[in-house]
Amino acid sequence: MTDIQLDPSKRGYWTSNQEVRWCPGCGDYGILAAMQFLYTELDVDRENTVFISGIGCAARFPYYMSTYGLHTIHGRAPAIATGLAVARPDLDIWVIGGDGDMLSIGGNHLIHALRRNVNVKILLFNNQIYGLTKGQYSPTSEVGKITKTSPMGSLDTPFNPISVAVGAGASFIARTHDMDRKHMIEVFKRAHAHKGSSFVEIFQNCNVFNDGAFDSIVKRDARAEMMIDLVHGEPIRFGADNDKGVVLDKGAAKVVKVADVDESDLLVHDERADSPTHAFALGLLADDNQSPTPFGVFRDTTRPEYAEAATSQLLAANEADGPGDLGALLRSGATWNVE
Amino acid sequence: MTNTADHIDLTTIDQVVIRFAGDSGDGMQLTGDRFTSASALAGNDLATLPDFPAEIRAPQGTLAGVSAFQVHISDHDIHTPGDAPDVLVAMNPAALRSELERLRSGGMVILNEDAFDERNLTKAGFTADPRSDGSLDDYVVHQVPMTKLTVDATSDLDVKKRDAERSKNFFALGLISWMYSRPTDPTLDWIKTKFAKSEAVIASNTAAFHAGHAFGETAEMFASQFKVAAAPQRPGEYTNITGNVATAWGMIAAGQLAKLPVFLGSYPITPASDILHELSRHKNFGVRTFQAEDEIAGVGAALGASFGGNLAYTTTSGPGVALKGETIGLALSMELPLVIIDVQRGGPSTGLPTKTEASDLMMAMYGRHGEAPMPIVAASTPADCFDAVIEASRLALKYRTPVMLLTDGYLANGAEPWLLPDVESLPDISVPFTTEPNAVDDEGEPAFAAYLRDEETLARPWAIPGTPGLEHRLGGLEKDAVTGNVSYDATNHSVMTDVRQAKVDGIANDIPEAVVDRSADSAGDAPILIVGWGSTRGSITSAVERLRSAGHHIDTVHLTHVNPFPKNLGEVLAGREHIFVPELNKGQLVRLLRAEYLVDAKPISKVMGLPFTAAELVDHITEGINR
Ligand code: SF4
Repeated sequence: MTDIQLDPSKRGYWTSNQEVRWCPGCGDYGILAAMQFLYTELDVDRENTVFISGIGCAARFPYYMSTYGLHTIHGRAPAIATGLAVARPDLDIWVIGGDGDMLSIGGNHLIHALRRNVNVKILLFNNQIYGLTKGQYSPTSEVGKITKTSPMGSLDTPFNPISVAVGAGASFIARTHDMDRKHMIEVFKRAHAHKGSSFVEIFQNCNVFNDGAFDSIVKRDARAEMMIDLVHGEPIRFGADNDKGVVLDKGAAKVVKVADVDESDLLVHDERADSPTHAFALGLLADDNQSPTPFGVFRDTTRPEYAEAATSQLLAANEADGPGDLGALLRSGATWNVE
Repeated sequence: MTNTADHIDLTTIDQVVIRFAGDSGDGMQLTGDRFTSASALAGNDLATLPDFPAEIRAPQGTLAGVSAFQVHISDHDIHTPGDAPDVLVAMNPAALRSELERLRSGGMVILNEDAFDERNLTKAGFTADPRSDGSLDDYVVHQVPMTKLTVDATSDLDVKKRDAERSKNFFALGLISWMYSRPTDPTLDWIKTKFAKSEAVIASNTAAFHAGHAFGETAEMFASQFKVAAAPQRPGEYTNITGNVATAWGMIAAGQLAKLPVFLGSYPITPASDILHELSRHKNFGVRTFQAEDEIAGVGAALGASFGGNLAYTTTSGPGVALKGETIGLALSMELPLVIIDVQRGGPSTGLPTKTEASDLMMAMYGRHGEAPMPIVAASTPADCFDAVIEASRLALKYRTPVMLLTDGYLANGAEPWLLPDVESLPDISVPFTTEPNAVDDEGEPAFAAYLRDEETLARPWAIPGTPGLEHRLGGLEKDAVTGNVSYDATNHSVMTDVRQAKVDGIANDIPEAVVDRSADSAGDAPILIVGWGSTRGSITSAVERLRSAGHHIDTVHLTHVNPFPKNLGEVLAGREHIFVPELNKGQLVRLLRAEYLVDAKPISKVMGLPFTAAELVDHITEGINR
């Protein structure tokens, strides 16, 4: 019932007494640890933190944090979190969900939370498969994927989560992966600090139904050539010898050998660009299934936060009309007296 | 202007039913609404029935586009918008064709004769001109060139002829206001405020209104002007109110009575949107209105706000309730307060969006998967929506449960005079949040057991984020009966299922007993009992008044609480020769009564998008007795 750890700088303080029930080896363990470690570094109160999830393996997450939490219904976490964020702008609210939860059944709520820029931090655990229901293709599974519901290969073109977030007007967009705790903590910290909706895609390995889906990118020996570390203000370069880079070619991001171009032609990463086209181009870079995948913060821009704007409307109405007076309200139409 | 010309008598009548009908674009709802307000200010009792198509502008001049507003005004207590109109104002042939059959024989028809040209007659489906082929012989017909007179009256103004013509509804309003001796100043003032954005519109509407009024007085067409005296009403201050506005105000009031911020998560849907509109205007009360991306997000956001300690609502109509079902189940499982307001309309599916029906009772009762009992409150008149919202909120807060409040399209848009309550006399519905640990854990440390219930109400503690030491996780998975932690234990599930039911059943101890309305001369239980719920109250009251004066011994009981039923309902039903249950559905309450009490209750059904007329009920009940 209680969480007896009394020292917020210890992971145990942020750990609930519930037994964690993901499959052994699941990537979710690493993400949970990163989050708990993040909180040991943040100077915030446990009682003001809320984790809200929908349905799926990832959605068990709130049970394992010692904060307030809601494990809700499939796809609806962003909507429920939005209501809480609007009602209680004083809280720190995280939304946790998988690719099915957020991009399939809950796709509508996700895009609307992002466009409203309500102060919730959305973590999408992308494992490109349905885990909890035991292995059907998901909205991020690749075309041709063989699963129980697609024995002859999936026909669906997958969503690119970064593109979805860019399209929805998200003010903060980032990507990380479950193999790198340090990177996750850094990205989560940035998401937490951002005012408005934050969207973080996490490559998460489902070792039971889609093992190794990201190995070609995130395995240690692949990383140098297949991962790009985005650094704001720096030209985008990668490769074991740092010999490759990214340029914009007719609006599309393209990998080049640095030696083949003028270094000043390399794309300089700009998280704060007014136009989202830069982030959109980077998000699509790996869609050819051979180019490397960018990680880190794609976009971190400033837009009015929804709950704050809603609160200022309340204050403005109070200023203009005075505090609500129920008796006066009931008499605000024409009234008459009967003796 | 109220002086009556020499040729005109002033006749006092006790009541009149007027039906304004025209094309959707003719402003009939506005006209009827305005006439209603003027009548309310004159102290009449009244009831209204707006009756309009779902299309915003159906093709002009067609039957599909006819929009009507019926108002019943009286010098005595009335309960319905009237069975058959005494007066029909028809702005075009289609309005005449679609509405004439409702008019009582011998009633008055006032036509805008300018609209009766070949084209409009054809569009309305007339093969011959009804004005000359004898089809109006049973009625007193007045043909008035409303369009022309409106254009003439506005000729001095700087308005285009086409714009001027649009003021013709104000001509009709002026004429009827004269005919029924309505005060003119409130309407003239109202025109100024309502159309404040355009001087030209104020000028032409005012001119048209004056012209209509003057026409009545001078045209030597009308032999009588009528007066409907004020109805004797309980002393106090009154206002005229529709159900949707009363609902919104009830939410504001409930927030104050609960001392909690109000949150409404909603998605626009006919006929519930006006509640969201109205509440959005009152942000100075600290109410947060959230127009969600869909129905599911509307209730989801409300549930999130409830977890955060707000008094949370979602408003919708039947199709929306269907979509919200899963989230309502979650609220029920997490045992958080939430009020779902269903302004019922004709179904299934999109059904009849603008027409009334009360066919969502079974959905409210059983429309969730699993054993998912939920309290149901039903409003019975437009003004009663105010009290019903407060009651639904009280139950939701006290028992930490979603509560369904059922109103319907007829209550939502209908209006009645409302004796304003004394704000001080409204009940305190506040409940405390839990702020301290209520248990100890295995190590003997203070702990929070999220499902350790109050012994009397069986409500679980409500601890909101921000409260140190009470951090807990809620979810839709079955929970341990004490700690609230996830539990798949079979016995525990059985216990939790029973306790959720017991909690709702226990509400019967916390609501008023059913009150039987008896004939004045009745010694004991009458052999005939009419059981009603929701908006049928007015129709039932009127019908029973008639049946009683014809010598029948009839009792009635009208339910505000449909789940759970009042404790004494079984006794009330027992020993009757006949029990009739009139409902605007195919017999839903009647099934619940039969199942619960094993009584031979009989349904009286209507699903025509309209309330029962008193005459229909009299016929059905008489037939039922004689069968
Ligand atoms: S099924 Fe996959 S995603 Fe789910 S817990 Fe197991 S390994 Fe993790």
